[in-house]
Amino acid sequence: MEQTHIEHTDHFDPRASKLGMWLFIFTEILLFGGLFIVYSVYRYKHPVEFHLAHQELNVTIGFINTIILLVSSMTVAMSITALQTGNKKLTLIFLAITLLLAFAFLVNKYFEWGAKIHHGIYPGSEFLMSLSKGDMLFFGLYFFMTGLHAIHIIVGMALLGVVYAKVHNGSVNQSRYSLLENGGLYWHLVDLIWIFLFPLFYLIH
Amino acid sequence: MSEHKDHISTYKSHVVVLLTLILLTILTVTITSVHLGPFNTAAAMLIASVKASIVLLYFMHLKFDEKIYRFMVTLVLAIYLVVIIITFFDYLYR
Repeated sequence: MEQTHIEHTDHFDPRASKLGMWLFIFTEILLFGGLFIVYSVYRYKHPVEFHLAHQELNVTIGFINTIILLVSSMTVAMSITALQTGNKKLTLIFLAITLLLAFAFLVNKYFEWGAKIHHGIYPGSEFLMSLSKGDMLFFGLYFFMTGLHAIHIIVGMALLGVVYAKVHNGSVNQSRYSLLENGGLYWHLVDLIWIFLFPLFYLIH
Repeated sequence: MSEHKDHISTYKSHVVVLLTLILLTILTVTITSVHLGPFNTAAAMLIASVKASIVLLYFMHLKFDEKIYRFMVTLVLAIYLVVIIITFFDYLYR
């Protein structure tokens, strides 16, 4: 039996894994896409309430969070460049910066939501129930869509955390960086969604 | 598996993309603070779409990857657009 040679075939296929990642991203696009349509229809039906309700939102915090996400998108893209050129240390630094920025985004979100909840605005609150249907719809969608987005931020952080560990132990490296690339794609998706959430919720005119 | 060289984006190009995105964000905030009636939302959505395209093409690497990915993304966005149009035909002409 010593001659029996078991060959461990390597199933590494960067093309297929990227296709799979894109397919997953399409489901995410359609998930948020559906919500954006719900938002558009209700805004079309309650234009005045949506306009008045949006003034409760803090444009400055929204703007800062937009910049944070854009910068973090760049750092994750740079971490791919760093790994492709064989600079493992720089890859880890860029990933760490991305994770820190993601955390900063969540801290901002915490204070933003905290202020709303402090003012009695949260789904099902007595104050919100006393407002018109349009206001309820606006804040319902606001909490649901930014909340779902925040969950995606947390998932993205977990994913990039795994990528960080794998780059660190060398299983994701210069010749096998699909996982980093796909983690990056997910992170850019989170950024992509926010690019539409920001003007739709914070910048209604 | 690495017969063909993958395209590697430069750090500089990433910085240029980021600065463009930030400029467009500032433009959105500025444009929505002046009165343009219904065009405010249209302008904000147009700029958001431009930003999304930049993220897709450069950060998400569609511009440099094999065409199949770009084809798939375009197809999905086209389907989504059709759904939006049909929904609004329903609500506008009800």
